[in-house]
Amino acid sequence: MNKIKKLLGRFPLHIVVITIALVWMTPSLGVLVNSFRTPQAMKTSGWWMMFVNPFDFTQWTLENYATVLTAQDLAISFRNSLLITIPATVLPILIAAFAAYAFAWMEFPGRQILFSIVVGLLVVPLQMTFVPVYTLFNRLGITGTFIAIWAAHTGYGLPFAVYLLRNFLGTLPKDLFESAWLDGASYWTAFWRLAVPLSVPSLASLAIFQFLWVWNDLLVALIYLGGTRRVAPLTVRVANLVNSLGADWHLLPAAAFISMALPLVVFFSMQRYFVRGILAGSVKG
Amino acid sequence: MRRVRYLPWLYAGPTLLLLILFLVYPSLDTVRLSLLGPNSETFVALENYKYAFTTNEMWTAFRNNAVWLILFTVVTVAGGLIIAVLLDRVKYEPVAKSLIFLPQAISFVGAGVIWKFVYDYNPNVGLLNAILTGLFPNADPVGWLVNSNVATYALITTGIWMWTGFAMVILSAAVKDVPQEIMESARIDGANEWQLFWRITVPYIGSTIAVVTTTMIINVLKVFDLVYVMTAGRYQTNVIANQMYKELYINRQNGRASAISVILLVAIIPVMLFNIRRFQEQEAMR
Repeated sequence: MNKIKKLLGRFPLHIVVITIALVWMTPSLGVLVNSFRTPQAMKTSGWWMMFVNPFDFTQWTLENYATVLTAQDLAISFRNSLLITIPATVLPILIAAFAAYAFAWMEFPGRQILFSIVVGLLVVPLQMTFVPVYTLFNRLGITGTFIAIWAAHTGYGLPFAVYLLRNFLGTLPKDLFESAWLDGASYWTAFWRLAVPLSVPSLASLAIFQFLWVWNDLLVALIYLGGTRRVAPLTVRVANLVNSLGADWHLLPAAAFISMALPLVVFFSMQRYFVRGILAGSVKG
Repeated sequence: MRRVRYLPWLYAGPTLLLLILFLVYPSLDTVRLSLLGPNSETFVALENYKYAFTTNEMWTAFRNNAVWLILFTVVTVAGGLIIAVLLDRVKYEPVAKSLIFLPQAISFVGAGVIWKFVYDYNPNVGLLNAILTGLFPNADPVGWLVNSNVATYALITTGIWMWTGFAMVILSAAVKDVPQEIMESARIDGANEWQLFWRITVPYIGSTIAVVTTTMIINVLKVFDLVYVMTAGRYQTNVIANQMYKELYINRQNGRASAISVILLVAIIPVMLFNIRRFQEQEAMR
């Protein structure tokens, strides 16, 4: 009897929680469903009608995906996104790891102040840097090339990477490093044999963060790469499609999903690290 | 321990150089450029700032950023907290959490497309208008993204959809840190769930709420992509960052674009100082 009462008492809680979860997934589900529907079906009935007649196979098609990948060159944009994102993820993490190690385990004048500046730089709006950096890239003749965007993302990604890694390295026991140094290990050896292996979870969190941040970035790509199909990443191409497709708007859901596919795979397979990174990245109380 | 004086600079040097090159020097230079004309050649003193504070477009942007600041911040933080507390009590918490957190993996561009379909004018395409006309057969569909009265709120809703999961994840970890003994003894003393929430949970995780709130404030001040993709700043939805992009890329007004960036930075400085102070307090406690 008591059990039933308890179950009934919790009924409203379940209703609320399930409703919230459903409301949250509905918008994405709608676009996912539409991406597999024919233009005809999309224009004449809402995606939710698929619950009424899911076996009406005349509404389903893969045509949208085929068209955006070939005619709209999204296959090229996908390749561009990969070519941009991989170096722009590896470089800042590698460079930041050395700095984080110095900030955590080496004594040098100005260490505290310099690190406080890094913390301050975390929130500087990137807009503050666009005009001078754009001018610099123009002078070097690299605007519109991957080199420009690799460099920019490396610079912009460093404060967070250094911050996260330094905070993690700082929590490792002091004895660990001191005994290694006593045994004659150099800073270099201790970096590769101790700091890096122990930071693998943090490095993974950071890699996921930086990967998603670069892959999903629109603004930095717009400024330094521009919209030409040869170099534009998915975000820029899809944003252009939103404004230019007109009568072919039925291609948008497929285009959007192609741009989201990889982040979603990363998200579902490594959610644990992603969450850990978010927790470590917020200045904790 | 062998001490090599120059060694730290070898390890930290590349980072420091890149930070100077891409963040410190450009930021300082932008302050200088904001006092110069469109091509950064003539000195115009505070002309660009005067422009920024007197044109209609900028006032629309300021107003919208203020609306964003209040609505987006309050709803994501409060909503994230409520959801975190509710989910803490159900067994399928991980699944529900994933669903709410999921939009964090999606780009603003992707989210923009997703919500353009929710807001579509045609009730055979847009879910919101389908519900509206279904419930009230006499009602006309609403142009959520083209009606100046509602467009900004439509964008903010999309932003909330994307970021509530972020607040939820951080706050949920904090909620789980509240010692169960305190909760239990308060329950035995006859406190109800509502009192527990306000008297114990909220004060206990206060500093985390502050951290999440500052993150949201920074997000809001910089909001750009959603507006760019969904309305391009039309229909009274302009925001500061979008205006900066327009001045820089479309109007080719380097001075004005720089002045707008400086205004954005000034708005963010209090948050920056707050973060630095928190960090230093944290260090002092180590």
